[in-house]
Amino acid sequence: MLNIGGIQEGVVMDHIVAGGSMDIYRYLELEKSDACVAIIKNAKSNAMGRKDIIKIEGKVDFDFDILGVLDPNITINIIKNGKIVEKRRPNLPERVTNIIRCKNPRCITSIEQELPHRFKLTDRAHALYRCEYCEQKFKKAD
Amino acid sequence: MKHLISPQDLSPDELSDLLTLAGDIYSSPEKYSHCCQGKKLATLFYEPSTRTRLSFEAAMLNLGGSVLGFSSADSSSAAKGESVADTIRVISFYADICAMRHPKEGAPLVASLHSSIPVINAGDGGHNHPTQTLTDLLTIKSLKGRLDGLTIGFCGDLKFGRTVHSLINAMVRYPNTRFVLISPEELKIPAYLREETLDAHGIPYQETNNLEAVLPELDILYMTRVQKERFFNEEDYIRLKDTFILDKAKLQNAREDMLILHPLPRVNEISTEVDDDPRAVYFKQANYGVYVRMALIMTLLGITVTE
Repeated sequence: MLNIGGIQEGVVMDHIVAGGSMDIYRYLELEKSDACVAIIKNAKSNAMGRKDIIKIEGKVDFDFDILGVLDPNITINIIKNGKIVEKRRPNLPERVTNIIRCKNPRCITSIEQELPHRFKLTDRAHALYRCEYCEQKFKKAD
Repeated sequence: MKHLISPQDLSPDELSDLLTLAGDIYSSPEKYSHCCQGKKLATLFYEPSTRTRLSFEAAMLNLGGSVLGFSSADSSSAAKGESVADTIRVISFYADICAMRHPKEGAPLVASLHSSIPVINAGDGGHNHPTQTLTDLLTIKSLKGRLDGLTIGFCGDLKFGRTVHSLINAMVRYPNTRFVLISPEELKIPAYLREETLDAHGIPYQETNNLEAVLPELDILYMTRVQKERFFNEEDYIRLKDTFILDKAKLQNAREDMLILHPLPRVNEISTEVDDDPRAVYFKQANYGVYVRMALIMTLLGITVTE
């Protein structure tokens, strides 16, 4: 496996579904960040077969729970002094606004650009979000 | 203030009260003929609909109120690019209650979030049409005397037919309901309805493409039109539109007290020779639609009539 050095202080996002890391990278706007970021795609995983990992060196500040909307299986490891000091699984928020977008061409959001894209959690076990306006299921692959 | 955006917005008790009120209006319409005097209903119809709009307008006029509105997006400020939110903010100053039909799903919900008057969803694309569901429920309750213990057959387009989805969602609340879902393979009910409503609540149902075989089991037969506007491909529409046609010969196998419902408009899925059959109640159903909308307008405006 490709080796990427350990980090002293920062965050490691593990168990990202294979191929999903760039969505999270873009959502977190890491392209605008000065932090040192490593993206590992298609790493071998016993549990998942393949997975993606994102490592961020430096102080980061964002809402980890929101990441669960994009990928409910993600694990977030907080690193301090080179060691994992906290392991977190995102707690799915009941509602999210302007995090994900409704892709239903028949939804009112498709013609009214100013409307916030609001989704509600309708099935926690399956991490299922539906658009509050048209009730279309959010699919990450959309 | 309360709106009616989805059929689920009404609790079972509220629904029961509403149907009781509608039944009373049906029996004694004169008692209610002035109760909305001085009140105005705005009908905001962003897409054409003869039946639903006129039914709302007739309902308000029957209550002694008045109506104003538009019947296509071209004749409204939407053509100039005004948002639903801005339109309803303004209409809230002109009327006491509004009924909105919009081709985009969720538009009436957006309106309700910015409105200071009750908003009734009069159909939003292929999504919800709660007053049709109320109409269906009032028809069944009035003519069958109950809403529980019924075997209901849905026939035709069960994939895109929003009236079917809404009525299934409404009927699962009543005990001992059973569904028979009759459609071609391509127009079966969507997976989410099967999984999240029927399977999740343990509701008995059967899927079939043989209308004649299941007709003797049914208390209610709810026929639907295969809607041309829901297809992207005309070939598929032409292939599927004539799959199920109900005629007198087929009805021979049905129970004497079975009811035939249809949300209308009909194309050819019910032969006109069936219209005179006492089991054909689809025109009565359209009549019940006016009474249930009268009851809804009164309820949302908080108007009661004492003896």
